[in-house]
Amino acid sequence: MKQKDIYSKEIMKYFLKPKNVGVMKNYDGLGKVGNPVCGDVLWLYIKVGVDKNGEKTIKDVKFQTLGCAVAIANSSVLTEMIKGKPLKQAMKLTQKDLIKKLGNVPPLKIHCSFLAMDALKEAINDYESKKK
Amino acid sequence: MAKKKIYLDYASTTPVDSRVLEAMLPYFSDKFGNCASLHSFGVEALEALKQSRRIIAKSLNANPKEVIFTGSATESNNLALKGVALAHRSLGEGGSPGHIIISSIEHACIIETAKWLAKNPCLPAGRSFKITIVPVDKNGIVNPNDVKKAIRKDTILVSVMHANNEIGTIQPIVEIGKICRQKKVLFHTDAAQSFGKIPIDVKKMNIDLLTASSHKMYGPKGAALLYIKDGIKIEPILHGGEQEFGLRSSTVNIPAIVGFAKAVEICQKESKKELDRQAKLRDKIVKEILKTIPRSYLNGDAKNRLSNNVNIRFDAVEGESLAARLNGLGIAVSTASACASPKLQPSHVLLACGLKPEQAHGAIRITLGRFTKEKDVDYLIKSIKKVVSDLRKISPFWKK
Repeated sequence: MKQKDIYSKEIMKYFLKPKNVGVMKNYDGLGKVGNPVCGDVLWLYIKVGVDKNGEKTIKDVKFQTLGCAVAIANSSVLTEMIKGKPLKQAMKLTQKDLIKKLGNVPPLKIHCSFLAMDALKEAINDYESKKK
Repeated sequence: MAKKKIYLDYASTTPVDSRVLEAMLPYFSDKFGNCASLHSFGVEALEALKQSRRIIAKSLNANPKEVIFTGSATESNNLALKGVALAHRSLGEGGSPGHIIISSIEHACIIETAKWLAKNPCLPAGRSFKITIVPVDKNGIVNPNDVKKAIRKDTILVSVMHANNEIGTIQPIVEIGKICRQKKVLFHTDAAQSFGKIPIDVKKMNIDLLTASSHKMYGPKGAALLYIKDGIKIEPILHGGEQEFGLRSSTVNIPAIVGFAKAVEICQKESKKELDRQAKLRDKIVKEILKTIPRSYLNGDAKNRLSNNVNIRFDAVEGESLAARLNGLGIAVSTASACASPKLQPSHVLLACGLKPEQAHGAIRITLGRFTKEKDVDYLIKSIKKVVSDLRKISPFWKK
């Protein structure tokens, strides 16, 4: 019998098989957002490099998430969208882009994509502040 | 893709037993009459209603005229609290119009009704019903002494559930009933989760009002009851054709009530053996999980709980994602916590037991039933081990 899920196929795909999961040891930036008290926590690690055109690029990315299915799906989508991309481009990403990628996000779960965006900002801030 | 589909959420609702469905079927088409009609169709329906009422009343050791049918346990609980409050309020100058005691782990339909009563209604400006919420201990059990201490001069009603819907803990309602009788305060119990599982004798247990529901015991949705001890005044909420002794106007849902009565009969006959079987499966789940999964914990009382309820939590795992992964493997369990609710709040029951929000977020509820097989339970245990381990690999808080 076919299982029915309350979430879209896309959300379930990322939730059941998330990419870029784990800890990064020599990260350049770490964004820790959320709060276990309210439920969702996301830690995002980025490694920044320079590509052949001399542009700063997110060479690698990893995440760890404690949270619901949508929070985990968002984390995975975010990492896939920024991996290998120029830092400038990643910074232009909005929460709308994440939601678009995930299909039907229930209204109650929209906040999960804010969490992912916050983590990205924090990680980039962390990287920038270390550089100084 | 998962092939199995295993339902382990019987506390949420149960499938209609085929024998119940069979008993109901004639009342949709052949015997469709309105029991308020005076012709033969009506009389046929009325007889079915009376017979159903007799069966159910007898199972509670109540008189048939003390049982009224409603559409849901929520409706019964609303009627119990609002109906008693309005019929027993004191309208004299000054002073309190009335005081109601509930427990901290009641179902939302009790808590919200009590809050509504505390807000205002049908009273002169500036006066409102007073509510006291008595706590539970860390295992989720009310101390009857706390109820005793909370009773005041103006107390009109105590409402404490028989068994909790989330953690399955069984409340000391016999003791609470006794205290209420001594103090001459009315006692209501929400038995939605226990009726059909634990024998109830309203006389021996000093119960004045009791709520029970059909769809929690293999009957159809849309039928529930409120037992109201003979002589207790209660104001109806629904006004109209004066059905159900004038306490619940509405065309009577005969097929659902016939099904409810059949479900009660079956439970009476089969419950004891069946519940022993479920308790063994429950204990197997708890034992296996606590033994094999590190930092897993049982919520609620280990012994004093419904034979079909397992509520368990895991450090560094969120309950909703655990339930969603299990659903992906074909297993239906529930999470009363966090993300499932519109407010994204963790379970008020688990918080009342003293858990921290981050602990409460990690809970799932597994409830067994008549159609649960041992192999389902084995598959569940295996699946939980895998899913918890997978989610912990993603979690930032899991340290081996």
